[in-house]
Amino acid sequence: MRLFAAIPKMSSSRDQILSRVRDALAPLPSRTPLPEWDASLVRLRNSTTPADLWAPFAERLRSVNGTPLASPLALISFLTENNLLRGYCDPALHASLASHFPPTITLSTELDRSRIDDYQFGLTAAFGAIAETGTIILSDNTTSSRLGALAPWVHIAALRRDQIFPDIPSAIAALPADPNIIWVTGPSKTADVEGILIEGVHGPGLQAALLL
Amino acid sequence: MRQPLDTFSTTLPPDKRASVYQSTKATHEKRTKLLFDHFADPNRLRELAGEIKQHTLEHLDTYLPAVEAKLQSNGVQVHWASTADDANAAVLKIMRARGATKIVKSKTMVSEEIHLEAYLKKHGIESLETDLGEFIVQIDHDHPSHIVRPIIHKNRREIAQSFEREGLGVYNDDPQTITRRARAFLREKYLAADVGLTGGNFISVESGRLVLVTNEGNSRFCLAATKCHIALVGIEKLVPRDRDLGLLLNLLARSATAQQLTVYTEFITGPKSPTQPDGPEEMHVIFVDNGRTDVLATECRDILRCIRCGACLNVCPVYRQASGHAYRSVYPGPVGAVLSPLLAGKKFPELADLPKASSLCGACNEVCPVNIPIPDLLLRLRDKGKREHAPLASAATPPMGSFATLATHPTVWKTALTAGKLLNVLPTTLLPVPPLRAWEKNRTLPKWRGGEFRNWMKSRPDVRRKNAQNAQKS
Repeated sequence: MRLFAAIPKMSSSRDQILSRVRDALAPLPSRTPLPEWDASLVRLRNSTTPADLWAPFAERLRSVNGTPLASPLALISFLTENNLLRGYCDPALHASLASHFPPTITLSTELDRSRIDDYQFGLTAAFGAIAETGTIILSDNTTSSRLGALAPWVHIAALRRDQIFPDIPSAIAALPADPNIIWVTGPSKTADVEGILIEGVHGPGLQAALLL
Repeated sequence: MRQPLDTFSTTLPPDKRASVYQSTKATHEKRTKLLFDHFADPNRLRELAGEIKQHTLEHLDTYLPAVEAKLQSNGVQVHWASTADDANAAVLKIMRARGATKIVKSKTMVSEEIHLEAYLKKHGIESLETDLGEFIVQIDHDHPSHIVRPIIHKNRREIAQSFEREGLGVYNDDPQTITRRARAFLREKYLAADVGLTGGNFISVESGRLVLVTNEGNSRFCLAATKCHIALVGIEKLVPRDRDLGLLLNLLARSATAQQLTVYTEFITGPKSPTQPDGPEEMHVIFVDNGRTDVLATECRDILRCIRCGACLNVCPVYRQASGHAYRSVYPGPVGAVLSPLLAGKKFPELADLPKASSLCGACNEVCPVNIPIPDLLLRLRDKGKREHAPLASAATPPMGSFATLATHPTVWKTALTAGKLLNVLPTTLLPVPPLRAWEKNRTLPKWRGGEFRNWMKSRPDVRRKNAQNAQKS
């Protein structure tokens, strides 16, 4: 517990900056009020909000080059087809999903930083998803390892139907009290070299979402 | 004297000019299509976002202490830096306290402003850029030439040569190979680094959430592999509420790269969760002024709304021809033409030509996601340059003294309008104004019709009636 957290640190830079800000603003005859705005303004044209958001989410995920997987069975065939045989798996997910995995696929529930490139895929639990953008939401409290969801070439985020938000404003309104939340919209990518799109720069080259 | 930006642009190789032109134009067109396809009224969104940011700037006196308290209660250590030196020293102090020597850096414009890399190097600390473009800029000892696309001025052959020189494999200019080599090289660096250093796209005053956006995932890797996070944040980066992020994030990626959202959008409130094995156990936010409070005190404070999307660069006819290095500063393009001279402080005269590097076409204002009236601000800075007698503020400006005499004396003006008819019969080499003579070399002047408008106006029935009434009254 930080007992003195509320008492501002006295520093010359701090006082200087704040007093300069006050001096700069003092002569203003009036100040711009904070506008209220309605979330409907950022609603996409022709958007509908069906009760089941998996289908629109899956469609948007595909459009950002992500891979929706509608069942554990689809996951197993995806891994097998892509010859992904060694991976990291969230321990809690391992307990519920391990029975689906064939013996040819090896899952580790601990991530060894020193052999990070040995994991062909990472399977972790998502906090949620955003249908409108095809975004997967990860958070520190639900994702068992930041690195496990980032370093392997393939990342699969597992989520339930009821965890999908329709759009950005609703996902923001539901930001959890978690020190770190990250929205992931498709594979890691760059267009730095001559504007040519390349996927898998630092993070996954293949980003998948698994419906539990 | 020619404008320095014009001189620079003539030295730009034609293939580079063409590639800057084509890629900025393509991004701009995609941006516009996406915004208008997606939203019923994108201009209303820009106006609102502008009001939110302007409101924030005009309330920094209360918002800054409020966000400081929020960050501290979230377990973040807050530092303040008036100057570039203070900001560099604050980073070094944190490094020394941890006995740390290696930084992996995610792209931050503030770190470019304060020349952090050179400072840290001098003090024995290695800092490595991890954004692919910035990494290439770093190994080439070059400078970024675009806010969002730092190596828009480089082609794959140059990059392949740099990679070969740095021992990243034999020459191969395939962009995929270049990217894979960077991936392999940089992940070792992330895992060996002590500290991850980032900027900050937004900080919500309400929650203290620091928002970071990237497409490559490099900032996420910095914050997954290291044990300490330092964020360098300009004091203008605040937004009042979390919900305002819903508006700004919807505009930022569309404006910057014509994406709905950037691939990675991270909301950070503090050190990692205790249940999380990876990531920083310690988090520092350094609020940087470095000239911003000076800007806040001017009539150009609106420029501090900028969210660094680069849309004004992409649409600007001058940037498209001149590329980013022509602006001789960290921030190129229309935003740079305003921000760089202002942030320069006492060195304003050295950049006083930049506000002139514009035709005032207004496209930058029209695309700006926070609706900054850039053309107005350029005019204010032109005025400032003139008032302060900065020689560069007059570069390539024709002498306007005789025109001023002409335009402020009605009798002289009327005579000149009639006398102008001589231009229709005299050879153009006798034109009295040298810039007009130069202009005429490649173009044909329309026929002089001086005075005709005045006569037409006078003969309008309504004007005649009004003149008659006025005559009666007096």
